[in-house]
Amino acid sequence: MNSSILIITITLALAFYLGIRAKKGREMKLDQWAVGGRNFGSLIMFVLMAGEMFSTFVFLGASGAAYRMGGPTIYIFCALTYIVPFWILPPIWRYAKKHNVLTQSDFFTKKYNSKSLGLLVAVIGVLSMIPYIVLQLKGFQIIVSEASYGLIPPTVAVWIGMLCVTVFVYVSGIHGSAWTAVLKDILILIVIVFLGIYLPIHYFGGIQPMFETLEATKPGFLLLPDEGLSISWYVSLCLTIALGQYMWPHCFGASLSSQNESALRKNSAILPLYQIILVFILFIGFTAVLQIPNLQGGDTDLALFKIAKDAFPPWIVGVVGAAGMLAALVPCSMLILTAATILSKNIYKAVKPDTSNEQLAKLTRIFVPIVSLVSLIFTFYGGNTMIALLTMAYSFVLQLFPPLVFSLLQRNPVSKAGASAGMILGVVLVAYFTLAEATMATLFPNAPHFIQDLDIGIVAITFNLIVMLAVSAFTRKNQQTILEEEPVKRIITS
Amino acid sequence: MKKIIVLLSVIPAIGSLSVVNRVEPYIFGLPFIIFWSTAWLILTSICLYISSVICDRKEENK
Repeated sequence: MNSSILIITITLALAFYLGIRAKKGREMKLDQWAVGGRNFGSLIMFVLMAGEMFSTFVFLGASGAAYRMGGPTIYIFCALTYIVPFWILPPIWRYAKKHNVLTQSDFFTKKYNSKSLGLLVAVIGVLSMIPYIVLQLKGFQIIVSEASYGLIPPTVAVWIGMLCVTVFVYVSGIHGSAWTAVLKDILILIVIVFLGIYLPIHYFGGIQPMFETLEATKPGFLLLPDEGLSISWYVSLCLTIALGQYMWPHCFGASLSSQNESALRKNSAILPLYQIILVFILFIGFTAVLQIPNLQGGDTDLALFKIAKDAFPPWIVGVVGAAGMLAALVPCSMLILTAATILSKNIYKAVKPDTSNEQLAKLTRIFVPIVSLVSLIFTFYGGNTMIALLTMAYSFVLQLFPPLVFSLLQRNPVSKAGASAGMILGVVLVAYFTLAEATMATLFPNAPHFIQDLDIGIVAITFNLIVMLAVSAFTRKNQQTILEEEPVKRIITS
Repeated sequence: MKKIIVLLSVIPAIGSLSVVNRVEPYIFGLPFIIFWSTAWLILTSICLYISSVICDRKEENK
């Protein structure tokens, strides 16, 4: 056993302990378990939301992307991502609290007064989350086998990691995730800032010399090019991320656990600062481009570990591995928790409405190990197309944005038929584009580059919006009578 | 007022890309484009924080 494995094992044990201990002194009813009884303050909210957003992608994906793409990787810290939630989360939270809503699908059901619409949203949500969980687990495999210098077989590692997570989610629910997230954030922060500053200094004598060497060896590598990863690509991708981020059922769900609206706003204000650590990830990726050239394809995701092993003794690699491991497991726990809640509350109960609350709470916990197991199976047998699936999943959840935003208006012009038609069209378009491996460039070979480079998610959401409004215009009458029932009654009684 | 603050944080960050898409000058050791997008993280954060304080005050007055 080497020092690296020892450190990883201790960290996993500590995470497990924190996760289990979190339930102490609380009776775990469904809303305590799923949204923490809605009493999380600014600080713990911040940790929780950062906990989901800074996943293995940050660790392996972002450094790998910097290695492959160069400068355009700046899309990963677009500030726009937090301006959108600043405006939409408080009204969502207010409505959710008033109507005792626990999940995104409940929210749509209530707002559009339609169980089938809620069911559609639930299905889109779960379909999108599975690839996300699997991606975390694949990342976990890479991290543990790299950090243990190949001594721990990836399959065994994933089983152990997943068991720990499943148990603490089962026992502590969202409290377990929150406490493990604290440990994870501290470790990630230290590791990434340290690597990002140390590596360029170690190899090049500083950050600016590193960039100058890079610019001299690969001119233009640091800029958005005129074609391909161009400015219109960057802007449309930033929009996709900004609008889609909080449409993920787990992000949506986590924001409902906030104590008040103010905590949500403060949280959106602090998160951009947290993103600054992503800049340090770029430094790691860029240093690796120069020091460990010739990584191809999927191997680019190993950039961070390759360079860490090149520069440091095993115990530091162990700490890096431990941070990476938590970066995979914490988001996993949130995702499993949310998926289980949606499966029982929004899918099972929608089909069998006479399920009692006690049954529902039990059922949710039963779904926790089932979701874990399904994700494990996909991790082992799902092949390597996960990145494509994740991109697809991201564009899927994005399609929930238009009906959500319109539902926040005082007079919602969108009918449930319009909302469903738009979302279904959006999801079908995204699936078609992904499976046919089509881009705007293959569809419109003669269009100008700024159109060819557009992100598929944005194209699909535009069609979604048009169809949604068109269908709503025809089906609006029915909706209107339902909406106005209440005010009319009030006028009559007064 | 809040809306103005937010618009101020979005337009320069996105609208000016073609102008700031350059390596030189280096600022704090960062190529200009990377410095620019990092700077906006901090500025956005400040703008949003101010907005959230304004929002809180409004709520108290209610």
